[in-house]
Amino acid sequence: MSWKRYFCYEGKRANGINGCMLQTLGFPNCWDCRKLDGAVAEIEKKIIEAFEVFDHECNKTVDVREIGSIVRSLGCFPTEAELHELLAKVEEEEEPTGYIHLEKFLPVMTKVLLDRSYRPIPEDVLLHAFEALDENKCGYLTEDELVKYMTEEGEPFTEEEMEEMLSSALDPETNTVLYRDYISMMIVDEPEDLPQ
Amino acid sequence: MGSGSSVNANYKYSLQKSENAFKAAVLIQRWYRRYVARLEMRRRCTWRIFQSIEYACEQDQIKLHNFFSYLMDHFTPSSSKERDFISRMFISGESFKEAELEKYCDYESMEVPDSYTGPHLSFPLLPDHATALLEAFKQKQQLHARYVLNLLHETRKHLKQLPNISHVSTCYSEEVTVCGDLHGQLDDLFLIFYKNGLPSPSKSYVFNGDFVDRGKQSLEILIILFTFLLIYPKEVHLNRGNHEDHMVNLRYGFAKEVMQKYKVHGKKILKMIQNVFCWLPLATLIDQKVLIIHGGVSDTTDLDMLEKIQRNKFISVLRGKKRKESNRNVEIQEVNGESNAEADPTGNEATPSLPSQPRPAQAPSMANRLEFSRWVRQTVQEQIEWCRRLVDISESEDEELTYSSMVSLADLDGPCWTRQEEWKQILDILWSDPMPQEGCRENTVRGGGCYFGPDVTGKILEKYNLQFLIRSHECKQEGYEFCHNRKVLTIFSASNYYEIGSNRGAYVKLGPDLVPHFVQYQANKTAHTLTMTQRISRVEESAFRALREKLFAHTSALISAFKAYDKDNTGRITLSNWATAVESVLHLGLPWRMLRPQLVRTTADGMLEYKSWLDDLAMEQRSQEHIQSSLLEVIYRNRSNLETIFRIIDRDHSGLISFEEFHQTWKLFSSHMNIELTDDGINDLVRSIDFNKDGNIDFNEFLEAFRLVKQTQ
Repeated sequence: MSWKRYFCYEGKRANGINGCMLQTLGFPNCWDCRKLDGAVAEIEKKIIEAFEVFDHECNKTVDVREIGSIVRSLGCFPTEAELHELLAKVEEEEEPTGYIHLEKFLPVMTKVLLDRSYRPIPEDVLLHAFEALDENKCGYLTEDELVKYMTEEGEPFTEEEMEEMLSSALDPETNTVLYRDYISMMIVDEPEDLPQ
Repeated sequence: MGSGSSVNANYKYSLQKSENAFKAAVLIQRWYRRYVARLEMRRRCTWRIFQSIEYACEQDQIKLHNFFSYLMDHFTPSSSKERDFISRMFISGESFKEAELEKYCDYESMEVPDSYTGPHLSFPLLPDHATALLEAFKQKQQLHARYVLNLLHETRKHLKQLPNISHVSTCYSEEVTVCGDLHGQLDDLFLIFYKNGLPSPSKSYVFNGDFVDRGKQSLEILIILFTFLLIYPKEVHLNRGNHEDHMVNLRYGFAKEVMQKYKVHGKKILKMIQNVFCWLPLATLIDQKVLIIHGGVSDTTDLDMLEKIQRNKFISVLRGKKRKESNRNVEIQEVNGESNAEADPTGNEATPSLPSQPRPAQAPSMANRLEFSRWVRQTVQEQIEWCRRLVDISESEDEELTYSSMVSLADLDGPCWTRQEEWKQILDILWSDPMPQEGCRENTVRGGGCYFGPDVTGKILEKYNLQFLIRSHECKQEGYEFCHNRKVLTIFSASNYYEIGSNRGAYVKLGPDLVPHFVQYQANKTAHTLTMTQRISRVEESAFRALREKLFAHTSALISAFKAYDKDNTGRITLSNWATAVESVLHLGLPWRMLRPQLVRTTADGMLEYKSWLDDLAMEQRSQEHIQSSLLEVIYRNRSNLETIFRIIDRDHSGLISFEEFHQTWKLFSSHMNIELTDDGINDLVRSIDFNKDGNIDFNEFLEAFRLVKQTQ
């Protein structure tokens, strides 16, 4: 018996018997896609919720400067560069108005979450990063070192960001950043609540 | 070329190193920015929680009113005792004529003992008195009741001369400082005076209402503001806020505060304050260009009307719906085919003829509910009318019976506006909130006033040739906020309003150019030393505690909602359904999926065992096991209503109500809330609390027994 390849309406291949069943039962999508549908609906609800928190005028738009906060609070860890890429996809094509519409944001963000882009940074990777900056391997960074790296390297911090980080990272007695302790204090366990 | 290759190697090594440094930095920055964004989200969610709970609470006021309406429509007293009880609830307080007020709140006979170490006031007041008072309050001293009453009398005399809309000009004193809600937070007032200076001939102030309630030093704030008002009448201006209202004070803590601080004379003081609040001006105009009102405006706001009405008639602005309205509802229901057996009979009854002292006529047979209801209403109406006649005020036929019978109804001699129209003007001014969308709609969240859009603002500004509006009424993170394209400024002066670190307070200064300059502050030292993370965590904790309490109070409804998603009775639902169910019960409009990690600690494979989650919530509330859980829920949910009802019944503010009154109250309450509770049930309830043998109940102890009293007391 030759298995015909069927395509469900999602454009994904329906494999073998599922495909046949599709036709007879009249479903437009294969089992896999339908299972995903529920997950997608849930993801969309979450995105809309996060979006609305920043939608001050209740008109389904947010200030473009808040997109970073929205994307990040949905569990993503994009770099600034990646964020700009994303913005390019959701901004108005003709003339950037400074506002982002939900209807543009939603599909782009849904894909980001489904594709699991901008994955979280595991604790040990973060530790390695600090250790890489700690040239003398003494287990801490001085205030000056941290400021230098954060404001001159990578995607530099603003003055405000630097100040804020120092206020919680700096150990007041030694005036150094004991990065191991800092990391453990800051790492928040978050349940992986995206559908599997 | 050995050295060459080692140079190369060195070069490569340092390149590698800087590349590593770059990568490491990016990683750390990436991680940190994500952390900050999450904090920001948490902060906004926390704010939303507080606001939605606060406004839902104000909405309870409407529920309270519905309760009384329900009583009017459905309660059939089975004895004269019960009838008296009901009518007493409606005649919650009589309106005093001038002479009677003076007599009742007389202070001249009060002696100030030699042992009194607080400040002494003499009239007319001088700046020294003000500084003495400020100093005394800093030392936590209390002003003697005699001086309080004297001050209130003088304040009232002064306010009576003022027009409804105060006029301020910036050419006399170069700058005017406008402050928003203070809500009994004396530290904030001290901070404002410290930063900005005391009121003086060269320093004008406008205080935009809500001086009292919620905070613990409302009375001190009033005393200070009234003192400065009398010393510098040209420079100090007060606007009435929605909390300058007796009915609101019963619920939100001011009445309680006064009674606790002045155990002997508190009642008189409250009575006087009532009669001072109603004389507060309604609005202030700066240079004819900037309008300052407490709440906002509506599409029917008419400044000419506001200027001319007799503002003192409206002692309390909280009123019931008109009978005619409820008729309309009944009609609609009937049209829709729903029968309403307990329909409100005609709204067009003739005003019963009034005997000199009404004796309750023979009650018609209870078999005919309609008849009986009408009889109840008439009888109560008669009682009230009689009381009013005593103090020589008459009731117009259109007048709806309201539970806030504090409204005094002087005869109208002049403009032909109806009371209803006048009342709406004031209600809108004191209770409205701006909204981003255009239009004007009812403010159902607060239960009074409306939501007004930028178009409404625009029309008002154009009609009266104004530049912008200043209002308060809503807490703002930074202490102030513009909206409607900078045409509406909200100024809020109570810092740390929800919790330490929740928000800043602010005041605004206007010079002759009318360009606003803001000064922000935060009254608590701790708030400064906390990091952003700690501040947010702390406020967040507080918000979630309040939210969990609310969830607990709706346990039964939540279980039903969850069960609807759990047809197979597995005891588990998906987290998604959890979010939908919770919103359908609580109606708070919160982003539940965002909040879920803080509310639901453990999940198994994305599903929640809802029963055990609710049990955990209950354990947190330390509920008493022997009380039926659904009953406790109802009590929790209606705690503030309960308290307010008790306070209304306890007319002499003694803190005691009789056993009989308690029984009646509970019966009415439970029937309204649809709880099955027999007489025996109530007795059992009562027996589980210790009573002193004289049959009086200290209702604080009652609430205490159910752990309903807030931790701060």
